[in-house]
Amino acid sequence: MTDLFIFASATAELAENVLPLGITEGGAWLLRNAWIIPLIPALSFVGILFFGKRMPRQGAELGVAAIGIAFVLAVLTGAAWMDHRDNYHGDEVTQAVIAVDHGDAADHGEGHAPEHPSLAVSNTMTWFQVGGMTISVGVLVDGLAVMMLFVVTLVSLLVHIYSTDYVGGDRRYTHYFAFLSLFSASMLTLVISENTLQLLVAWELVGVCSFALIGHWWEEKPNSDAAMKAFLTNRVGDMGLLVGITVLFFSVGSALPDAFGSFSIATTNTLANSGLLSHTALLVSATCLMAAVMSKSGQFFLHTWLPDAMAGPTPVSALIHAATMVVAGVFMIARLYGVFFEGFSIGGSSINLMAVVGGLTTLVGASLAFVQRDIKKVLAYSTISQLGYMVLALGVGAWTAAVFHLFTHAFFKACLFLGSGSVAHAVHSFDMKSDMGGMRKAMPHTYRTFVIGSIALAGLPPLAGFWSKDEILAGTGGWGLFGGTGGNGAYTGMLIMGMVTAALTAAYMTRVIYLTFFGEFRGHGEIHESGPRIVVPLWILAGLAMVAGLFNLPPGFQLVPESMQERFGHYVEPAAAYFPGISHASPSWSLAIFSTLVVMAGAGSAYWYYFIKVEAAAKASGQSLTELSNGPTSRWPLAKMGHNLLENKYYLDHLYTGIIAEGTKGPLARAVYRFNQQVIDRTVDKVGETAVVSGQFVYDKIDQLLVDGAVNTSGRLASEAGGELRKIQSGKVQSYAAILFAAATVLAGILIVIV
Amino acid sequence: MENLLDSWGLTAATFVPMLGVALMMFVPKEKEDLHKKIALVTSLVVAVIGVLLLVQFDLDATGQLQFAVDHMWIDVINSHYAMGLDGMSLPLVLLTMLVVPLCIVYSWDHFPAPANPKAFLMLILILETGMIGTFMAQDLVLFFVFFEVVLLPMFFMIAVWGGEDRRYASLKFFLYTLFGSALMLVSFLSLYFLSGAESFVLTDLAQAVAENGISRTAGLWIFGGMLLGFGIKVPMFPFHTWLPDAHTQAPTVGSVILAAVLLKLGTYGFIRIAIPVLPEAAVEWAPWIGLLAVVGIIYGALGCLAQTDMKRLIAFSSVAHMGFVMLGISTLTDFGINAAIMGMVAHGLITGMLFFIAGSIKERYHTLDIARLGGLLLKAPRMGWILGLSVMASLGLPGLAGFWGEFPAILSTYNPANGLPVETFRTYMVISALGTVLAAGYLLWLLQRTAFGTPTEEFADLDIPDVTRHEWIAWTPMIALILAIGIYPNLIFRVTDGAVDASLNECLQVNTQEMSAEDIEALHCAPVYNLGSGAHVVDEHAVSGD
Amino acid sequence: MFLNQFLLLSVALFAIGVYGVLARRNGVMVLMSIELILNAVNINLVSFAAFTENLAGEVFALFVIAVAAAEVGVGLAMIMLLYRNRRNIDLTELDLMKG
Repeated sequence: MTDLFIFASATAELAENVLPLGITEGGAWLLRNAWIIPLIPALSFVGILFFGKRMPRQGAELGVAAIGIAFVLAVLTGAAWMDHRDNYHGDEVTQAVIAVDHGDAADHGEGHAPEHPSLAVSNTMTWFQVGGMTISVGVLVDGLAVMMLFVVTLVSLLVHIYSTDYVGGDRRYTHYFAFLSLFSASMLTLVISENTLQLLVAWELVGVCSFALIGHWWEEKPNSDAAMKAFLTNRVGDMGLLVGITVLFFSVGSALPDAFGSFSIATTNTLANSGLLSHTALLVSATCLMAAVMSKSGQFFLHTWLPDAMAGPTPVSALIHAATMVVAGVFMIARLYGVFFEGFSIGGSSINLMAVVGGLTTLVGASLAFVQRDIKKVLAYSTISQLGYMVLALGVGAWTAAVFHLFTHAFFKACLFLGSGSVAHAVHSFDMKSDMGGMRKAMPHTYRTFVIGSIALAGLPPLAGFWSKDEILAGTGGWGLFGGTGGNGAYTGMLIMGMVTAALTAAYMTRVIYLTFFGEFRGHGEIHESGPRIVVPLWILAGLAMVAGLFNLPPGFQLVPESMQERFGHYVEPAAAYFPGISHASPSWSLAIFSTLVVMAGAGSAYWYYFIKVEAAAKASGQSLTELSNGPTSRWPLAKMGHNLLENKYYLDHLYTGIIAEGTKGPLARAVYRFNQQVIDRTVDKVGETAVVSGQFVYDKIDQLLVDGAVNTSGRLASEAGGELRKIQSGKVQSYAAILFAAATVLAGILIVIV
Repeated sequence: MENLLDSWGLTAATFVPMLGVALMMFVPKEKEDLHKKIALVTSLVVAVIGVLLLVQFDLDATGQLQFAVDHMWIDVINSHYAMGLDGMSLPLVLLTMLVVPLCIVYSWDHFPAPANPKAFLMLILILETGMIGTFMAQDLVLFFVFFEVVLLPMFFMIAVWGGEDRRYASLKFFLYTLFGSALMLVSFLSLYFLSGAESFVLTDLAQAVAENGISRTAGLWIFGGMLLGFGIKVPMFPFHTWLPDAHTQAPTVGSVILAAVLLKLGTYGFIRIAIPVLPEAAVEWAPWIGLLAVVGIIYGALGCLAQTDMKRLIAFSSVAHMGFVMLGISTLTDFGINAAIMGMVAHGLITGMLFFIAGSIKERYHTLDIARLGGLLLKAPRMGWILGLSVMASLGLPGLAGFWGEFPAILSTYNPANGLPVETFRTYMVISALGTVLAAGYLLWLLQRTAFGTPTEEFADLDIPDVTRHEWIAWTPMIALILAIGIYPNLIFRVTDGAVDASLNECLQVNTQEMSAEDIEALHCAPVYNLGSGAHVVDEHAVSGD
Repeated sequence: MFLNQFLLLSVALFAIGVYGVLARRNGVMVLMSIELILNAVNINLVSFAAFTENLAGEVFALFVIAVAAAEVGVGLAMIMLLYRNRRNIDLTELDLMKG
């Protein structure tokens, strides 16, 4: 077995057939040994599993401590990476390849800024050897991985702390923390995966943790149903992952002289970028991998499991179904971007599968968020919508914008989820319409952090969501008014979808805030603010939601010195051979202002409906309302109250509320939701049912009747033949003798005839 | 010590159980404890021999037969007493040596009715001899004898200690397998006579076939006979119907041994005998084997979805899992066959575990009707978690053993050996990937209906004891291995890789990518491998087109 | 022509014997019929021996006579036992070996 990696200096005769991979085997100790970070929670999982129940706090302290150490290490690793990015000048690993004359190979690999390359740190060891090739396991640490390490450990740490209060006294407290640890370990393994096989392993492991945590309260059937739905839907996508990885494995192998396949991510991407892989293979594998993304990251039309997954404990929803696991799909696209970029021909076109899927998802998610009563479901649909944003961004080639949105979204969405958990902790329900309302007074901290999170999500400056959303919109390259062009193509359609979603997002978050925190309390009992272990994580996340956007101020942003611009992009976006040469869109003031106006319009119309009209109606009727009692299409109730001025406004409102908001909120969203529930979800159910029915049929009719029947028939025939023959066996000497003589006669006759 | 192991190790491993049986014959039936002790000690001695063999085993020469013995056995028909251990047989031998003592420990306190530990344990030990012998035999007649030795104890085990419908099930098992064996024997004999080999020793046969050649038709028929013989044992669709009945009726330990080891005799036969000796016939049969394998994967999964009995469901899942093993074998590649051996070991451990659990549930609830179970996690949490783990392992979760049988098998199907139709196998790949979804479906459904939820009214007040000491002893090694192999698959691949490589015909594997036409010519490969044509070879590794 | 008459006699004896074996119910009669068959054979053997001037046939005939004597001995003993146990020797009632 020759070594896969050959240093260019060592093999002069291969010089013209080697490709630089953009990775190095040197670098700081922490970067080379980033595997320690997932190892710590993994050990904690084992520890909690075996000794958790005997510990004074039933294992929670071990989980918190482990993830705390992992967080510190992740921060240190981040610092080490920043130094590495700016100051490392080591050798680059190269890969010997078979030169295939594709003609256009020279066109690829261009577009890298002639700056200092960001060599990713790779450190591998042999996992197993089979079929004459070595499969390795290891780490691939670059800006993306370091960023993910930071996000995962931070959110996980906060969720751990939050959970000690939130699920305190739970029937399976210890198991809960064991699985949180296992999840953290798997997720951290996923983000530093060196090869696709390792990625697949971690990918399935986070899936199973999600299964276990969604079904945490498995005594109730809906919970275990939701867990199963999540696992099975993901399994459907995993089919794509299996096939996609297999196709990549062999097509990479066909370009290597000394192996028939390779899982290595760096090698795969580099070969894809340099045009040495067949485009068909890349298209097939990218499409298959897209199926995995659709299931894992809740993309339309495999998203239906995600709202159901809210059956799990809220901190789990925050960690797994908002901040980390569901972005695994987005992360995979970002990680294998060479494959996707070439496979979908993202550069220089205006439409592709990934962008369309992302665009549809973002619209579907946002519109569905309108009709939910359950606060967590609103947030779940919102997560779907925002994940759609990220996929859309990757689909239009705005890699940094997508990853940056992943980064900011993790904070404000985790903040919102944890906030909703804090509210639900107080009222013991998630139903906004029947059990919440007016909670801003009793829960000031939750209220404030929730509003901050909502503004960040809606994307108003200067909070985090604004910056990342704006970069995505600019990255579509479809604006073209006073700058804002120069992306990878003119994705105008995606720009419009993103813009509409921005308005919708602002509107539904306004609705949630009104229903939860304004009006009068509609639930029962006394409500109190949650304890410090819940509130402190909320404020940390809210703080990050405020400032995270500043990490990546757009280039050319005149209000700050240049050294503060695009820091995130500088450290996270690879400038190396394993990353495709994407073009960066130039930011545009006009676009930023316009999108802000759109957001304000969305928020404003919802504000007008809830904070003014509904509030007024509530005051008038003396009870807490969640919507106007009369539909806007029937006679307006304010007429009866004698407010002429308002009545005059009514016609305008009719246009705003009745047609635009209500139209979106009512028929359209409901239709989409119905489509979602009746068609897609029903199809999912039907597929399951059909499988069971056909299983029944195959078993009853084919297996038991035909296949088994044939076996039984042959047995029965033998037995019946025996029954017939048995009659000859009379036991009487003379009948035997008769047969003997008869047979002798016949044989004698035959003898005579023949002779 | 070393020398002794070299010359007597394999013989001892095979026949020490028979010594135990002989000893037990002289002990009166009433002394049950003594019987148990003798049986356990015997099986442990075998396990110790196994460990010694493993320690002495040269891991750098897995492709060669080690500890080989070869003596003339039956002069008249040139049959030898030839035994040997290489990387393909070692994992399976060790699996057998592990499973048997665990089964004895498991049944320590609760022998199925009618108890009679003497007879039961003697049967298990006879089984062990047969199984280990089959995996070690290097002579076809010897192989056949051991192969058949296994049949009878299992027949009695089902027929005497089985469930209500045991007579039907045992007879079906016996006759079905015997039918296969008959065809297999015919194949063996015709192989010997048509190839003009010097003896029945495998290497002689392979050499004779390679040198003297054998007509294409004869090769196909002989391979077909073996296919039927081994395929019934595997069991491949559509010869699988004996399996659910046998499993459902067999006592727990019988099911475990059946699932863990007996089914592997069939697949082992393919990789040890059929493919190495008749590579050209294998190339022609492989697409059909692959077809039956994927049909089995989907069919078995659908069958599972229709089951109401837990044990029957697990039995049907074996059809699907062995489908993956056969799919790996049908690719005829190094990678695929390694995956198949991994799949065999993993299936042995995992399905064995599942049958153990099913047996324990049956013992506690006196039913395996899935609709009546539920809330196991509440009643017996530890057993519930172990069931959960086994189910996850069975559906191929990475990090547990099952994955390494499934994924590499799927992977290898993308790029089958020279001479096989690539497009057909890629279609198989996609279908088999669908099988993983279905597998998750029926296994999780099983888990949900048995372990989750609350107990049904019927059992709400019943006191269900959690995992007992004997069960812990029997289960811990299996669970530990499932985890260990899952995390570090090299435990198996390290052993099998060299042996598989050595067993495969060079023409199947040769990579013609960088070879000149003369070099390909020099290989003297039959046209069946499609090497000479040139059109097939180079670009099939990538998706063609562009 | 010389041989023919002996053969015809032999055939007649054989036919009578077969009839007796198949049709008589009395065990002793069946035994005697078997004797007739054997004697038919003997006649055949002796006549062919004389015809072909080969002593082998006569030797065989002697053997047959000896064996027949032994057979009658055993047969009669069995019939005696049968009679003692069942008080009759009707062969049609003996079907213990019925399958």
